[in-house]
Amino acid sequence: MLELNLRHRLGELELDLDLRSQARTLALFGHSGAGKTSVLNAIAGLLAPQSGRIVLDDRVLLDTSAGIDLPVAQRRLGYVFQDGRLFPHMSVRKNLLYGAREQGIRPREFDSIVGLLALDPLLERRPPSLSGGERQRVAIGRALLADPRALLLDEPLSGLHAEARAQVLDHLRTLKRELQVFTVLVSHHADEVAALADEVVQIREGRVLAQLPAAEFASRASTVAQSMS
Amino acid sequence: MTALTADEWQALLLSLRVGLIAVAGSLPFALGLAWLLSRHRFPGRILLESLLFLPLILPPVVTGYALLALFGRHGPLGELLAQFGIVVAFRWTGAVIAAAVMGFPLLVLSVRAAFDGVDRRLETAAQTLGAGAWRRFATITLPLSLRGIAVGCVLAFARAFGEFGATISFVSNIPGQTRTLPIAIYELLNSPGGMPGVQRLAIVALVVALLASAAATFIAGGMPWRRRDHA
Repeated sequence: MLELNLRHRLGELELDLDLRSQARTLALFGHSGAGKTSVLNAIAGLLAPQSGRIVLDDRVLLDTSAGIDLPVAQRRLGYVFQDGRLFPHMSVRKNLLYGAREQGIRPREFDSIVGLLALDPLLERRPPSLSGGERQRVAIGRALLADPRALLLDEPLSGLHAEARAQVLDHLRTLKRELQVFTVLVSHHADEVAALADEVVQIREGRVLAQLPAAEFASRASTVAQSMS
Repeated sequence: MTALTADEWQALLLSLRVGLIAVAGSLPFALGLAWLLSRHRFPGRILLESLLFLPLILPPVVTGYALLALFGRHGPLGELLAQFGIVVAFRWTGAVIAAAVMGFPLLVLSVRAAFDGVDRRLETAAQTLGAGAWRRFATITLPLSLRGIAVGCVLAFARAFGEFGATISFVSNIPGQTRTLPIAIYELLNSPGGMPGVQRLAIVALVVALLASAAATFIAGGMPWRRRDHA
């Protein structure tokens, strides 16, 4: 369960959000600049809000009134950045094992994630030689292998061409089916959100506009997409 | 052109030893200071940077005099070290200190530029994967800065290898002890019939400089993620 309460000013944008969700995959949906990534950064600990409280599965990550602010490295959240951020000087295998080393992952778990994301042929390659879709798959695998309490996906399909996008989307669906990881997905694509989320929070100008089940969102997707444009 | 004489070999080996030890000894301090300047804002930062650049701006003889005032028999650091039986003035160890001080700004500047060039977002990614500050530095920042660090080491070594003014003021010109290659060249220039020796040592200095430069280029070019994979 995610409980989130944030107040923060970022230049022109004023974040002022309250939300609670029991969904396993929660999507933050809104246009660019709405504050979605800032919310994700606050959950990860990369942004220190002026005030707020973030609780994930009864674990308090942040409570400014109580002086609690868990360091990023201790939050154990698998963050998949929009640009992948793979380490260019390490092989794919070493990238995957980077967070795994901290958590002492077992070889069977490594093989399982590598299999689910079809990363086996890429293991000895280096990130600069990978395609966009391959990079995102490795980034997702790397985040999962750190044994996270939650997965944070920031526009994971952004910048990919149609074929790569479809492939990564397929892998994300498989992961959702096979793994029981609480996931927060940030996206401004209604089709991605409809395909992956259980619940959708619409954000506009730093505030929650609506919170609705994914099925309802999907049925209204075209209308919602129009209203966001 | 004849082979080097025993004295010339001695000067060459001393210069190499002084240069290598000066760089190796100052590298950890340079890494720490470069990291501080690259990643942190703090009061007194401008003063620290100004002090860092002093050896580049001051006449080397003045730097040598300052070292003598500090590390000489009656200097504050000299007296302190003497209590542990360590004397550096007029010793080869003093030449190492002079060379390290003169090369330090170049080393810090190169390393800092290399740290500045590392994509901070990669460090953030490592942080989200559970890596603490030291692991992020050792596994992300340091390997991605190797080129700049290697270049800094070569520049500092070249500066140390060619150091003259600060060395001769601080540790004088003692054969076998403090007569480095540049000081030996100066000595030969002022000696009747010394010109062939000057020429030999000048060629040696040129060869060492070329080898150091080639080594830096090889190290930088040999980094696998630079050499290939840019598909």
